[in-house]
Parts: sequence; C-alpha cells; structure tokens
Amino acid sequence: MIAHLEDVIIQTVCRILIPFIQVYGLYVIAHGHHSPGGGFQGGVILGAGFILFCVAYDINEAKRRLSEKLDTVFCSLGLIIYSGIGFTCLVLGGNYLNYSRLGRILPVDPVNARSLGILGIEIGVGITVMAVMVSIFLDLVSRGKHEEGLG
Amino acid sequence: MKPLALIAVLMTGILLLYGTIDMPNWGDPDSPASIHVSPRYIEKTVEETAVPNVVTSALADYRGYDTLGETVVIFTAAMACILLIRRPRK
Repeated sequence: MIAHLEDVIIQTVCRILIPFIQVYGLYVIAHGHHSPGGGFQGGVILGAGFILFCVAYDINEAKRRLSEKLDTVFCSLGLIIYSGIGFTCLVLGGNYLNYSRLGRILPVDPVNARSLGILGIEIGVGITVMAVMVSIFLDLVSRGKHEEGLG
Repeated sequence: MKPLALIAVLMTGILLLYGTIDMPNWGDPDSPASIHVSPRYIEKTVEETAVPNVVTSALADYRGYDTLGETVVIFTAAMACILLIRRPRK
C-alpha cells in the first residue's frame, strides 16, 4: 500500500481545473445535437473529472462528495430516465421511443418534441456513464473495499 | 474442457466467415444500406427530428433501441464489477 501523498500543487491545480472539466462535460451532453458529442462522451468527461478528484485527494474525501450508494442509484437512474421516456411515448399512444408523441405533453410541435426527447435520453445516458465510470474506478482502485486510498 | 472450447470458437468463426461471403463489398454504393437507408437519414433528419446533427439523430432517434442496449451493456458492466470485486463493509 502506498501512503497517501499530500501535494499542494496537484491539489490546487485540480481544484481549479475540475469545475471547468465538469462544465465542459455538461456542455458536451447538452450540445450533442449540434456538434460532435452526446451522452456517452459527456458522461465520460464528467466521470473523468471525478476520478481526477479521487487521484488528487483521497478516496474517503471523494466518497464524502459522492457516496457509493448514491453512485449506484445514479447508475440505475440514467437507465430509468431513458426507458421512462420510451414508456412515456408508449403511454401517449406511439411506439416505444417514438418521441414525436411527447408533443402531447410538451408545449412544442411534434418535430421539436423529437429533438427534446433526444436531449432527454442523452441526459440519461450521461448520468449512467458517469456513475458507471466512477463505480468501476472506485472498485478497482481500492480492491472493492472503498476504504483505503489509492494503494 | 479447453479443446472443446477451442473447437466451439473455431466453428463459430468459420460460420461467421462463411456469412461474410453474402455481404456486399466494402463501400459499395449499390449496397442496400447505401440505396435505401443512408439517403433517407441524410435528407430527412432536419425535417423529421429538428436535429442538425445526423449522427445524433441516427444514434438516438432512428436507432434508439440500439443506444438503449448500449446503455444497458454499460450498466451491466458496473453491476458485474460490483458483484465480483466489491467487498461488503464489516
């Protein structure tokens, strides 16, 4: 086991960088319609920002921000959002994932409802990918114990 | 057990290679995918989905089921990691 290394340079740089990384991840998810990007890429960027925090600080410090329980909930939440939008379309009388039916509950025309439906599922994918990246990283790096730091 | 697994892998590989004989040539402009599906996606994306990015509309709209499956695969990876590696706290 390697002892946890307190490094003021690394910690300061990460504290300044991580907000920008997270905002960029949110931008990649939200702007996936118009530019390269989307849920998968943005989720990975969000997860990488959190992993950088784990590396610079400590696993316990990171778990105070995002507990493993909440992280596992996020894993499922993204999928629930995705399939929930699909089922909403089903309930509103269309096929599964036929977003144009969302126009019946949203104040837009069916064509723009498809665009909003795509945004919704991209957000779901982003949440799942972010939570899965963090979950797998924490499991691998602490040998499943989630207690010691990066050893 | 190992020779049996090797034979199974080889048989599957041979079957898959045999299946590729019927596929159209790589980049063939007359292949069915290039004649029917791709032009439809490229021409109708903005009109049908109001999304200016063809990749996004194909990924999340025309091929929504596929992306749902991909997300389930990632979710399954996390669940497998949790089941295999994570140790419950004493």
